Amino acid sequence: MASKWKFTIKDLAEKPEIFMSGHRACAGCGPAIAYRQILKATRGPIIATNATGCMEVVSTIYPYTAWSIPFIHTAFENVAANAAGIETALKALKKKGQLKYDNVDVIAFAGDGGTYDIGIQALSGAAERGHNFLYVLYDNEAYMNTGIQRSGGTPHGAWTTTSPAGRVIPGKVRYKKPIAYIMVAHDIPYVATASIAYWIDLVRKTRRGLEAEGPAFLHALAPCPRGWRYDTSKTVEIARSAVETCVFPLWEAVDGEYALSAPSKVIALKPERKKPVKDYLKVQGRFRHLFTPKFEYVIDEIQQIIDRRWKRLLKKCGMT
Amino acid sequence: MAITKQNLLALNGDEAVAYAVKQSDVDVVSAYPITPQTIIVERFSEYVHNGEVDTEFVCVESEHSALSMCLTASATGVRVFTASGSAGLALMHEILYVTSGARAPVVMAIVNRALSGPINIHCDHSDSMVERDAGWIQIYVENSQEAYDSIVQAFRIAEHNDLLLPTMVMLDAFFLSHTLESVNVLPDETVRKFVGTRKIPLVRGHKGKLVPFKLDPENPITMGPLDLYDYYFEHKRQQEEAMQRAPRIIKEVHDEYARISGRKYGNGLIEPYRLEDAEIATVCLGSTAGTTKTVVDQLRTKGIKAGLLRLRTYRPYPVQDIINALENVKAIAVMDRSHSFGAHGGPIFHEIRHTLYEASIHPQIVDYIYGLGGRDMPQTLIHEIYKDLQKILETKRVEKPIQFIGVRE
Ligand SMILES: Cc1ncc(C[n+]2csc(CCOP(=O)(O)OP(=O)(O)O)c2C)c(N)n1
Ligand code: SF4
Repeated sequence: MASKWKFTIKDLAEKPEIFMSGHRACAGCGPAIAYRQILKATRGPIIATNATGCMEVVSTIYPYTAWSIPFIHTAFENVAANAAGIETALKALKKKGQLKYDNVDVIAFAGDGGTYDIGIQALSGAAERGHNFLYVLYDNEAYMNTGIQRSGGTPHGAWTTTSPAGRVIPGKVRYKKPIAYIMVAHDIPYVATASIAYWIDLVRKTRRGLEAEGPAFLHALAPCPRGWRYDTSKTVEIARSAVETCVFPLWEAVDGEYALSAPSKVIALKPERKKPVKDYLKVQGRFRHLFTPKFEYVIDEIQQIIDRRWKRLLKKCGMT
Repeated sequence: MAITKQNLLALNGDEAVAYAVKQSDVDVVSAYPITPQTIIVERFSEYVHNGEVDTEFVCVESEHSALSMCLTASATGVRVFTASGSAGLALMHEILYVTSGARAPVVMAIVNRALSGPINIHCDHSDSMVERDAGWIQIYVENSQEAYDSIVQAFRIAEHNDLLLPTMVMLDAFFLSHTLESVNVLPDETVRKFVGTRKIPLVRGHKGKLVPFKLDPENPITMGPLDLYDYYFEHKRQQEEAMQRAPRIIKEVHDEYARISGRKYGNGLIEPYRLEDAEIATVCLGSTAGTTKTVVDQLRTKGIKAGLLRLRTYRPYPVQDIINALENVKAIAVMDRSHSFGAHGGPIFHEIRHTLYEASIHPQIVDYIYGLGGRDMPQTLIHEIYKDLQKILETKRVEKPIQFIGVRE
């Protein structure tokens, strides 16, 4: 399914903005950057739907909107069903000869809460039924819209308001749910991970997801300065660090066949380039408590989890 | 217009619904089975798999997704249908409000079934009664014939550009859903012509231009936005204004349908039965009205001035029609097939009593909670209610305003 689409930075710069300025995201908001980049990859008529969460809230405050394409939000847990409804209606219109276009792309956006947790049922159902749409998970690793509560996507050891760094329990106890693997296991044509720090990779993967015939899933790590507790200027740096430390490796699975993407492949080929997870953790306030003698052991645990997962991924990608 | 020649089919209520949907040129059906609504989905699956209908039919993984899909499909501009009841309807609860708020004219059949727990698959109205405030039009039918007729009408009502209100048609579990009846069905072309194609109204779009109210890449609009205290209230008020226009449109559609089918259900909103000179009357909805009509006839042969008021649309609630129908009745028994725990009687009782406060004559009024979880409501029990009413008429006193009937004490 190699996309023939080639683009230069100039092409992207000249493309009209779909996610427009004037939205009310915080300064340095990773998801807002992700949206802007992702929507640069569109190929024609497109309809977007969004689960409840930060990005919907900041972009559609009535009577304003940051969307220059048709957009609908309905609820928190059902965006995959919403996308399925749009896709099915388009099919019906096409059958009746009432659709002006050969193809209309459908794209669904949701945060980690709307995906790992409350939305996974609708997502799994839509994937199983084979609806043709791209699902974008913008992962800021907590429920930000309701004030930084833990989700199934919150990593091990992270502070959130419902997994606080207490005297006894240091942050989130359990690990991050491997959502993208779960989506690959649905046997859908396209699954990929991406990071806003590697925008060429992100844009290209979005396009591949849109071009896939059937459900496509794009997991984009999108740091949130509010929830992760870092300076707003550091968003892209942190997104890059997640890849360099293998906390968030970049790969894609086309028809279930895994392959590492360039930024992670480099590390696979030159393991000495793999940075310690400590580098990633120490710049974020949400992990600050781990740098006290009492909880240092958690950093080791995290490193072990990351290493184990990295090894497993290399195997999947045939790199061992 | 002459009454169209029709076919007489033996259908149960669920099949009558599925048949009406098949004929109504529906673009998208998305549903999830729940007893006793299952037959609707099963029959419709057969139509699809036998190529009898070209609807896009999606069997989803839950009722929540069924309605979510219908909502956005409707927002994309097509005609949609779903069906549910009981726990399934409860699972849709949140999306019911979103659907009406989005002004998506979804049509849904509800087979009324009790709500857990304990789990029970039989008829009562506790599922749809709790959704009466969700901004949907609610039509309760008496028999399978009416179920068929009402589904056809529902598409015209919901999609009417002065309304754009999602519409649910309620039929009683098993009493209707699983009971074979003779149902007159119109020819396919007649129904198709009656329902017509869905017309999309124009609204002001992003740039102040008039654009179709749908998800359309050529004329992008943002639907389902965050609506804070500065606009939300106005939007809710618009929903209420649409509800105020609904009685007129329901009546118009009902009358137009009557002209081609020869079938009428009162004025489309209420169906008074032998009420002109009635001194005592019951108020109910759904299949119980059929049994009650038989009882009224029996009482009339004995010279007892009994009558019945069946509510067909419960939302919008036809206040003035109810006042006009009941104003001269001296003692009224409301029959509630659901209960509002801890309240002073069931939901219909609340509204009827409240309504008659505005009438010039204030009749005596009592409430009977009956038939929960499918408990039978035989003629004998309905006779008892009328007997109580006669006593109230004589003594001019209500001893017990709220009673459970047909329950072991
Ligand atoms: C059924 C339901 N439960 C809870 C909420 C409240 N709620 C709205 S957004 C949200 C969290 C969103 O988190 P996420 O999906 O991670 O997106 P983010 O806000 O982080 O971008 C919650 C809990 C809701 N709207 N609906
Ligand atoms: S809280 Fe985080 S995700 Fe939400 S708008 Fe602010 S920076 Fe973006």
